[in-house]
Amino acid sequence: MEEAKTLKLLHDMMRVRRMEELCAELYTQEKIRGFLHLYIGEEAVVTGVMSLLQPQDNIMATYREHGHALLKGIPAKSIMAEMFGKIDGCSKGRGGSMHLISAPHRFFGGNAIVAAGIPQAVGLALASKKLKEDRQTVCFFGEGAVAEGVFHEALNMAELWKIPVLFCCENNYYAMGTALARSQAQLNLPKKAEAHNVTAQSVDGMNVFEVIEKTRAALDFITREGRPYFLEFRTYRFRPHSMFDPELYRSKDEVLKWKEKDPINFLIEHMKKNDLLPPEKLDALEKKIEAEMQEAIRFAEMSELEPLEDLGKYLYENDL
Amino acid sequence: MKMTYREALREGLKNALEKDSRIFLMGEDIGAYGGTYAVTKDFLKLYGSERIFDAPLSENGFTGIGIGAALGGLRPVVEVMTVNFAFLALDQIVNSAAVYRHMSGGQVSVPLVIRTTTGGGRQVAAQHSNSFEGWLTHIPGIKILAPATVEDARSFLHFALEDNDPVMIFEHALLLNRSEEVSEKPAMISPYKALVRKSGDKLTLITYGGMLQRCLEATEASSDVEVIDLRSLRPLDTETIFSSVRKTHRVLIVDEGWKSGSLSAEISARIMESCFYDLDAPVQRLCRREVPIPYARHLELAAIPQTSEISAKIKEMLS
Repeated sequence: MEEAKTLKLLHDMMRVRRMEELCAELYTQEKIRGFLHLYIGEEAVVTGVMSLLQPQDNIMATYREHGHALLKGIPAKSIMAEMFGKIDGCSKGRGGSMHLISAPHRFFGGNAIVAAGIPQAVGLALASKKLKEDRQTVCFFGEGAVAEGVFHEALNMAELWKIPVLFCCENNYYAMGTALARSQAQLNLPKKAEAHNVTAQSVDGMNVFEVIEKTRAALDFITREGRPYFLEFRTYRFRPHSMFDPELYRSKDEVLKWKEKDPINFLIEHMKKNDLLPPEKLDALEKKIEAEMQEAIRFAEMSELEPLEDLGKYLYENDL
Repeated sequence: MKMTYREALREGLKNALEKDSRIFLMGEDIGAYGGTYAVTKDFLKLYGSERIFDAPLSENGFTGIGIGAALGGLRPVVEVMTVNFAFLALDQIVNSAAVYRHMSGGQVSVPLVIRTTTGGGRQVAAQHSNSFEGWLTHIPGIKILAPATVEDARSFLHFALEDNDPVMIFEHALLLNRSEEVSEKPAMISPYKALVRKSGDKLTLITYGGMLQRCLEATEASSDVEVIDLRSLRPLDTETIFSSVRKTHRVLIVDEGWKSGSLSAEISARIMESCFYDLDAPVQRLCRREVPIPYARHLELAAIPQTSEISAKIKEMLS
């Protein structure tokens, strides 16, 4: 049983990474346009957190959300079609990479205004609480968001009104190219949450087991106390901020050092050491993922464009 | 029976709260204080803190919570104390509430109502006297309502809450104490229909909100002027506007907002696009002077269109 669970974690992390790698390739082929923010290096965070969630749980994420969408259950082909701007995309091709949305998966985006999703997640959690629904609400955002006023506004109100929501701060140390240390006087992120009386903790975001352990404790706390919780996941993006980023702000050495902590390699090593991963299993996993992703790309290629006459559709519920 | 604009707003809110348990109010000083303009006086006692949220001074934050709650199946009514502070919530309104339905391909909607007060005329100076409702009409995806009468103040909230899209209601601060004769049961006329408040055949006067009463006073003695109350600023009921213009051939727009990049400019452009050959004279506008509103009474009066000015303008246009 433990073996199956661990293998599932590895599978999910590798799916997220492979999808991102293919997105980068498809971007250079101009199949995907606009902004594209890749999650490579940070996979342990989303994999660990999502492994504890149920289909009915609410997710609010950011513009670096492909992995979150995939692991919340949105099929790779709907995600890929969305990247291609096609009608079979999860947002009908209207959102693109930054705005993956799926109501049936309770995946509310894909909000690309830094920190804007945070109060909205508090609102979602408030709704579930008032409607007495059995759902958790989890909000992902980067460490850049802690500089926004609305981050502090939302944390304060979440604690003030006892709203059960999990804040997941994915600290990859750079807000685009601005290092945390160059933009914040207080580098201890849990302290920022604690300033609003929100219980908080830091997590090694490169270690999926630690992610799971601390997230489980946070979710238990939220259920037990009916209050918010803040987790800082220390992680790193191995790729540039977006496809336009020349990476002038960090050294190759720094990137290499973090790559030594690659969360997928870490898990593979762990599994090998414990005889949980015979070579043929890893092989089979890779093949399975490749098939899934290639099928997603084929689907996206074949999907139609939304008809031009529908451009004005869905502005309001009823046409005006 | 007689009712004030304030009582009408109260009645609208009470009806809503009593009808639907998904509805709750959130805003600054709406609970213990009773509302800055006493619109929600006693509500905290009547409905409890589960329905009446006294929010901290975090306009962007609590508007965002309203959006999330709407996404999650509730019917929030967010009150931003005045439109001047609504700009602190502009990101949530413009970049999230207005776009979710379209950006998601019609999957999710934000049935959020935002109430706020607007307008000048109370000697509260430059930072508390703005009329920004026209500015918000720039944004596709939201609806903008401006009740000018007690009857509309009573019923607009009902329509806004029935709507599955974000609706902003701009209540004019100077109208709060205005008392009007109303029927016991609200008339329930859709806000998306502009109303001819007074008919005439020589000039169409287009206005809304706090300016309506001044326009009616200025034209009281005349049967020449047709006064149109827009009621909804987005969407605009251009049909009613155009049919009046085709009858009168002359147009005056009276708007408390500034002229530059404004709602009055938009209305004028639409008339030009669709009724150019029906016009006997260029469309005229009477708007707020292009300055921040000063504190001193005489300066403020000179900066915002007054009844006498409207009368003079009409006289000039009809002579």
